Amino acid sequence: MSTANEPPPAAAPQNEAAATAQVDPRLVVQQEGFKGYLHEFTRKIKGGELGSLPVVVGLVLIWIVFQSLNSNFLSAQNLSNLSIDIVATGMISVGIVFVLLLGEIDLAAGSVSGVAAAVLAVLNVNKGWNPVLAIIAAVLVGTLLGFVHGWFFAKIGVPAFVVTLAGMLAWSGLQLQILGPNGTINLDNNGLVSKLTSSYFSQVVAAYGLAILAVAGFFAVSFLGNKRRKAAGVPSRTMTDLLIRTAGLAIVALGVAYILNQYKGLPVALLIFLIVCVLTDFILRRTSYGRKVFAVGGNIEAARRAGISVPWIRISVFMISGGMAAVGGIFAASRISSASQATGQSNVLMMAIAAAVIGGTSLFGGRGSTFSALLGMLVIQSIASGMALQGVSNSIQFMVTGAVLLAAVVIDSVSRRSQKAAGRA
Amino acid sequence: MAGEPVLALRGVSKRFGAVQVLTDVDLEVNRGEVVALVGDNGAGKSTLIKAIAGVGPPDEGEIRWEGKPVSIGSPSVAQGLGIATVYQDLALCDNLDVVGNLFLGREIRRFSILDEVAMEARAQELLRTLSIKIPSVRIPVASLSGGQRQTVAISRSLLGAPKIVILDEPTAALGVEQTAQVLDLVERLREQGLGVILISHNMVDVRAVADRVAVLRLGRNNGFFTTADTTQEEIISAITGATDNAVTRRQAKGEAR
Repeated sequence: MSTANEPPPAAAPQNEAAATAQVDPRLVVQQEGFKGYLHEFTRKIKGGELGSLPVVVGLVLIWIVFQSLNSNFLSAQNLSNLSIDIVATGMISVGIVFVLLLGEIDLAAGSVSGVAAAVLAVLNVNKGWNPVLAIIAAVLVGTLLGFVHGWFFAKIGVPAFVVTLAGMLAWSGLQLQILGPNGTINLDNNGLVSKLTSSYFSQVVAAYGLAILAVAGFFAVSFLGNKRRKAAGVPSRTMTDLLIRTAGLAIVALGVAYILNQYKGLPVALLIFLIVCVLTDFILRRTSYGRKVFAVGGNIEAARRAGISVPWIRISVFMISGGMAAVGGIFAASRISSASQATGQSNVLMMAIAAAVIGGTSLFGGRGSTFSALLGMLVIQSIASGMALQGVSNSIQFMVTGAVLLAAVVIDSVSRRSQKAAGRA
Repeated sequence: MAGEPVLALRGVSKRFGAVQVLTDVDLEVNRGEVVALVGDNGAGKSTLIKAIAGVGPPDEGEIRWEGKPVSIGSPSVAQGLGIATVYQDLALCDNLDVVGNLFLGREIRRFSILDEVAMEARAQELLRTLSIKIPSVRIPVASLSGGQRQTVAISRSLLGAPKIVILDEPTAALGVEQTAQVLDLVERLREQGLGVILISHNMVDVRAVADRVAVLRLGRNNGFFTTADTTQEEIISAITGATDNAVTRRQAKGEAR
């Protein structure tokens, strides 16, 4: 919270009568300029407000290590494939973030994604439905299964852990039932569903254009918001601050666009995933529904007294988790052009939960962001991809991913403790 | 203070199974008046408050709001009338900032998107009129002191522009400085013409801010006192029910020494 007009802390007491001195002199106001940023940065680190810093640092380290082992790792082709590989589990992880924000867990997301893939394949291939209708039906089925979890949790009071554990078992049975005796249904390789993960915006201008559009949109929204803040007389950011943030985003966005254009262009699946991340983050941060989710995750009693319907928030969050799991299942089926008994099984669920936590969403509820699904999946998939390039077996890969997850949870717990010490948790 | 009291209770009774918790209780609160509601544990203070706040409506008796009889069947009815209740356990979300907590459940929206700017400006204005000092309205509530948290909880109840504020032991867990902050705030509510019902076990606080003291004992009224011309001993003996009891004996011993 930096301000342009506020006097520095030392000068504040004398100006107390002045209209500008609305900020308490005890508040350490951020200094301007580069030194101010550095100061603010170290204060946040010491206070345990790490945010997404550990995961970004970790990601850079992982990339450096694998690139030094194999120069193909950071090739445009590998990064482009990697960006598509994160989508299916990443979608599930976005739903998991909502559940984790309540301080709960959804163990059934993997099975739900398998059921959704099976429903999609049966409707699209066996029954010959229009792929769009089949996709909608699959997502509705996932949402319905999520509703069942949420209802038992919120209305009956069964712990979410147990409800979704039961769901995990039951829905994987349902998945086998739907798929029938063959166990595998192949999708049309040139159908809409398969194209979800095999299409690219191959024109160079598409990736760059979207990157520029995103950066311009970000700047416009922050600039106009800041102008309103200034007009309303509440603390606002400095112009330098805005420009630095915009420049940071521009470097990342244009860099990604450049790399993707080196290969086949912007993958459609990645674009959809990014849009989902931005949209869900917007819902959580800028709508009263999202505020309610955070409130229930922070203090259930306070939320109830504020007139929030806690059961409805819980049920709706599990519905979102189920729906997003279904979307993940659809992308998983699309990636291999088939729905099988293996879709959504084994470690898909664990990877989705791990991604959310590695990305910085707290297991304790009330803190997190859907972008952690994106960041966490990048870490996990980078490890998988790097190991695969090295020809390392699955066994080692699992152990390394496990260690990374443990590290992420340790960072979460430790930063929570130092946040408490710094009075910020 | 002339005219009809804002809130008047007449002959309120409430029974839980075999226990008669409240019997024929009267209470009046005027505009710009702080009424302390005192009594020992189990005297029926909380039950009375719940009856006013709509959490547990009384079995018998009449509640008059600005002279008209009303029935307060639910918390939302109470809020609609203009009764705000600040409970003992503060009911704030630690992970949300001050603005988020103040507006929780009644966010200001613009095109169905949260209007953070309007909420922040309104929060600053509200805190300023109450002379509440909080470093920034954008820091999480977790980083505030107990007294600051209590003032946030009280200001939160004021957003609905109530006429009566019920404070359930607002200073119970607070230090000297924080208690003073909260008592200051209570006086400011009175200056703004609000009626305040203050539940407290702390006689010093009661005498410091209350205009009148209503004593409950075993579910019945046991005296109304004007703070200015009542001694602490009189209130305590009304609370305990007799002059001959453990408290007065102990005080007598202390004086004799």
